Amino acid sequence: MTGAAGIGPAGGHFTVPVLQLGDVLLVTLQGELHDGMAEQLQQDITDRISHTRVTGVVIDISGVEIVDSFLGRVLAEIAAGAGLLAARTVLAGMRPAVAITLVELGLTLPGLRTALDVERAMELLGAASRPGEGSP
Amino acid sequence: MRAARHAAPATLPIGSDADLAWVRQQVRQAAAELGFGLVQQTKLVTAASELARNTLVHGGGGQVRITPLDTGQSQGLRLDFVDSGPGIRDLEQAMTDGYTSGGGLGLGLSGAKRLVHEFEVDSRPGEGTTVTVTAWATPVSPSRPGPP
Repeated sequence: MTGAAGIGPAGGHFTVPVLQLGDVLLVTLQGELHDGMAEQLQQDITDRISHTRVTGVVIDISGVEIVDSFLGRVLAEIAAGAGLLAARTVLAGMRPAVAITLVELGLTLPGLRTALDVERAMELLGAASRPGEGSP
Repeated sequence: MRAARHAAPATLPIGSDADLAWVRQQVRQAAAELGFGLVQQTKLVTAASELARNTLVHGGGGQVRITPLDTGQSQGLRLDFVDSGPGIRDLEQAMTDGYTSGGGLGLGLSGAKRLVHEFEVDSRPGEGTTVTVTAWATPVSPSRPGPP
């Protein structure tokens, strides 16, 4: 449903798909994200927000097996940067094992809005109008 | 061939971002083979990621040795992160939540400690640091005798 074609986790290389759905950027993280890629993503998202003037960002981490303090910091900084550019960020689809681990790690990411899945994240951002659900 | 076959200890280099990803994958695979549950796997891999990054960023690179453990009653995994970097000058401070020397969140050492059953740091200024962690597939560490 997110059209995540083009991901190639093999060989340690992949690109993070960033799709624009109306007023929202949908970013889908999957598999292993190298530190350098995470930082590049931060810059890409910030650039995209300023160019496309979206008002929301949904980061889908349902395909992410671990979030350590580095990735946690990057996610929080993406949200903070988006906030300064007048866009709200919702982190969607965190796996239960990741949530348990983050709490024990001491990283509860205060200030970062979350949703159980992408659909609820879109609702939270008031971007319920999607293709196939009637025209806006 | 069968699950009873024990994986041999392995040593992996830690010298780049890509190495961190490889360490995470290998630790997860080893933990899964030893029968760790999903949450235990996730905790151990997260701890390994924090510690491997410390080795890379603060220790100037190094290696991790992954050793499967079997007490007969339970199975575990020991990870030794070794670098020959500058060492940790003030270990107590380095173990404090929120203390950072590397621009991170300062949760690396203290956070990793909470994610494993056993945790040990051996650091000598000017010589390097070894961080050893152990996690068991069962919730209770067999190294601690139960009540008499």
